[in-house]
Amino acid sequence: MNLTLRIWRQHGPEEKGRMVKYRVEDVSPDMSFLEMLDMLNEELTLAGDEPVAFDHDCREGICGMCSLMINGSAHGPERATTTCQLHMRHFNDGDTIDIEPWRARAFPVVKDLVVDRSSFDRIIQAGGYISAPTGSAPDAHATPVPKADADAAFEAATCIGCGACVAACPNGSGMLFTAAKVTHLGLLPQGQPERDERVLNMIHAHDDAGFGGCTNTGECHEVCPKGIPLASIGRLNRDFLKASRSISR
Amino acid sequence: MNLYTEGDPIADTKAPEGPIETRWDTRRFEAKLVNPANRRKRTVIVVGTGLAGGSAAATLGEAGYHVKSYCYQDSPRRAHSIAAQGGINAAKNYRNDGDSVHRLFYDTVKGGDFRSRESNVHRLAQVSVEIIDQCVAQGVPFAREYGGLLDNRSFGGAQVSRTFYARGQTGQQLLLGAYQALERQVAAGTVEMHARHEMLDLIVVDGKARGIVVRDLVTGEITTDFADAVVLASGGYGNVFFLSTNAKGCNVTATWRAHRKGALFANPCFTQIHPTCIPQSGEHQSKLTLMSESLRNDGRVWVPKEKGDPRPANEIPEDERDYYLERIYPSFGNLVPRDIASRAAKNVCDEGRGVGPGGLGVYLDFADAIARLGQDAVEAKYGNLFEMYERITGEDPNKVPMRIYPAVHYTMGGLWVDYDLQSTIPGLFVVGEANFSDHGANRLGASALMQGLADGYFVLPNTINDYLATGDFTPVTEEHPAAVEARSAVEERINRFLSIDGDRTVDSFHRELGRIMWDYCGMERTDEGLRKAIELIRGLREEFWRRVKVPGSGDDLNQALEKAGRVADFFELAELMCIDALHRTESCGGHFRGESQTPDGEALRDDENFSYVAAWEWGGDQPPVLHKEDLTFEYVHLVQRSYK
Ligand SMILES: Cc1cc2nc3c(=O)[nH]c(=O)nc-3n(C[C@H](O)[C@H](O)[C@H](O)COP(=O)(O)OP(=O)(O)OC[C@H]3O[C@@H](n4cnc5c(N)ncnc54)[C@H](O)[C@@H]3O)c2cc1C
Ligand code: FES
Repeated sequence: MNLTLRIWRQHGPEEKGRMVKYRVEDVSPDMSFLEMLDMLNEELTLAGDEPVAFDHDCREGICGMCSLMINGSAHGPERATTTCQLHMRHFNDGDTIDIEPWRARAFPVVKDLVVDRSSFDRIIQAGGYISAPTGSAPDAHATPVPKADADAAFEAATCIGCGACVAACPNGSGMLFTAAKVTHLGLLPQGQPERDERVLNMIHAHDDAGFGGCTNTGECHEVCPKGIPLASIGRLNRDFLKASRSISR
Repeated sequence: MNLYTEGDPIADTKAPEGPIETRWDTRRFEAKLVNPANRRKRTVIVVGTGLAGGSAAATLGEAGYHVKSYCYQDSPRRAHSIAAQGGINAAKNYRNDGDSVHRLFYDTVKGGDFRSRESNVHRLAQVSVEIIDQCVAQGVPFAREYGGLLDNRSFGGAQVSRTFYARGQTGQQLLLGAYQALERQVAAGTVEMHARHEMLDLIVVDGKARGIVVRDLVTGEITTDFADAVVLASGGYGNVFFLSTNAKGCNVTATWRAHRKGALFANPCFTQIHPTCIPQSGEHQSKLTLMSESLRNDGRVWVPKEKGDPRPANEIPEDERDYYLERIYPSFGNLVPRDIASRAAKNVCDEGRGVGPGGLGVYLDFADAIARLGQDAVEAKYGNLFEMYERITGEDPNKVPMRIYPAVHYTMGGLWVDYDLQSTIPGLFVVGEANFSDHGANRLGASALMQGLADGYFVLPNTINDYLATGDFTPVTEEHPAAVEARSAVEERINRFLSIDGDRTVDSFHRELGRIMWDYCGMERTDEGLRKAIELIRGLREEFWRRVKVPGSGDDLNQALEKAGRVADFFELAELMCIDALHRTESCGGHFRGESQTPDGEALRDDENFSYVAAWEWGGDQPPVLHKEDLTFEYVHLVQRSYK
């Protein structure tokens, strides 16, 4: 199939960007979206133009490195699918596709479609862990964990940190990301001792990094490639309130 | 000119003497310690934030060392360990099915086709038990049973259930555990994190590893960084084949640059081809996707009995199907080790019985499992894998059998290390897939995660003390001649890439190189094919340096430039892999030499002549030099591997 692409080009963080139109021809429906961009970049290179910069690594939907707003939707039209796992069979011959970077205050553009997501790492630094220095652990069977809790913790822990939730949110909020970690660790017995401090510190780091607040729009969950439940934000809020009270007491 | 020359054998691996069960304790006891107050003054660079590097940096930070950690992705959490699906082994014997440290040790040595070092493997099996405890304490959400205890599954090459898992995302969960521990140390100020930085050379001062040259991938700036020791945890080199299950950025640059500075490279030809990957769909393919081996627990592998059978799978009656693994290997069936399963798939496809486009595929069928366990149980175990398969192929494995084909997956070879995980350059330690240590000629499923975490959490943090306690670490600055030289060499190379301005893209060369390697240094290797490959690689490399086109500049984010450097190093590695494969005229593990097989087509080892590790020294303008480390087996009897 033949497609028209309109791609955001921005040379550097301080420079102005703009949408630039490209044609790609003979795209196979079996190609992934990124393979289609690879093809464009091969052509641009040979024509003496600079290829389009975009982030990617594992190309199997797990590292969280790929991004892209595709026709205004984070990771494109398919539900529960990262851009690297999106295939061209979901597009039609003759389509025009808009491709833009994540846009959010906490994710400044680095170049073209590449953004800086180090603010997510800073949220984790603030408390997204259980303090268990190497060598200090008791036997793994010392504390049984009810299967339901373990499964729910796992579900929250599958977040890949891609930032689609932030890109889709009208407030540029990182609450779903933060809630996923708070839920994962807060559901496990190992995570209890630091539970109050964790949620308070992570929320502070979240706000300091320039993420907006949550107004329950729910777009974050809609675009999340791993389907992190929206209910985890409710849980985060409850934990936050409880912790604020118990710490101020 | 000869392809290689032979140098002195390796005399000392630093493995302690005495009964194998006590060697690790002995080494830990003998290792000198660094007083906690002095640890702050010792600096360690760790390149890589995967399971090996992430766990090492976190643990060294906890111990009080000053750690500088590097990765090329935008966050340490994205290292390719994240993609591991199936699970991690440990000799916990929670199933009470006869597992033990000794059995895991035995299985690993046997699975590696007797080409690994007994002392190291035994230590790995011992430490495996602690890894699970550590991960659970960090909050890694392993799969559990209704009673709240940890669940296990079995994996290829083992007859016990010792694999711990977190649905199909074990690597992700383990890596996030290590990443969180690492970020905790970043917050504590013991670890400095440098994401989006690529190591492009090693700085060796007075014979010791003292620093690295790095490029900031965002600004293009090239700088030097120094430490008292350098740890490479940069992963495997499977991407030399272009198509593999590795991430697009996986590369050999860190280890190859160290090799050029004097570190020996061991067993480069030992690569693992994984039997269960999604077949290639066309020329545009940029990577291959693994379907976890755990699927072979419940899926049955088959092809039609008839050559070129045109019928869809569901129209082929039971008695016209050949469940060839169950037929040829009745005692292990679908769970034979990877090398065996891969070659068997290649053989049936070579016979013309393959399925799917180009006949390059075999079926992995879940119909029986669904009938026996129910749709829900199968869904709970493999749901995310089925979805991934459907997303890529457009087919639902609940309804039609999966199609799978072997793909390059893991590299057992890597920088040579002694028992302390130290390379032949003092102060340069190598952990995880980047070293060659524990898997011999074939790695068992779920053992790479175990090794990465064993190295990073438990082994290196003990052995590196001994080095840091004894050295003389005069500070090195960027003006030191060795640093200036390394840095200007990196700059020159970058300028050279940018100035060639040829007419072929980096990817086009990489693809062609990968094809040569797959055809001649892949599942089956022959004298004739390998010699031809060496010619082809040399010709293509020469063309690369003449015709490659790298657009843009060196002063900002330039992904083509990054790739060019990686591919240039793959060219050199590829030649060494072929030389290594050529010199080893036996078959063993993943290395199958067409000339060396049993009458029924199984790999035929030659213990008389090849019971050694081949550690290669960079020859510069001269051919590489082979150093042999003889392998002795005191605890595991050398036998011809049989899974029949
Ligand atoms: C798809 C897949 C599934 C797998 N499933 C399993 C499984 O179920 N069980 C199992 O045991 N094993 C599995 N493996 C193997 C296992 O995942 C890997 O061997 C292991 O995770 C490697 O860990 P590592 O820490 O050595 O390297 P990696 O995780 O690859 O990390 C490499 C690190 O080095 C950095 N790096 C590399 N080069 C440079 C450079 N030049 N400069 C700066 N930084 C650099 C990267 O940024 C990264 O942080 C699987 C592998 C794949 C590909
Ligand atoms: S590239 Fe890793 S999730 Fe898309």
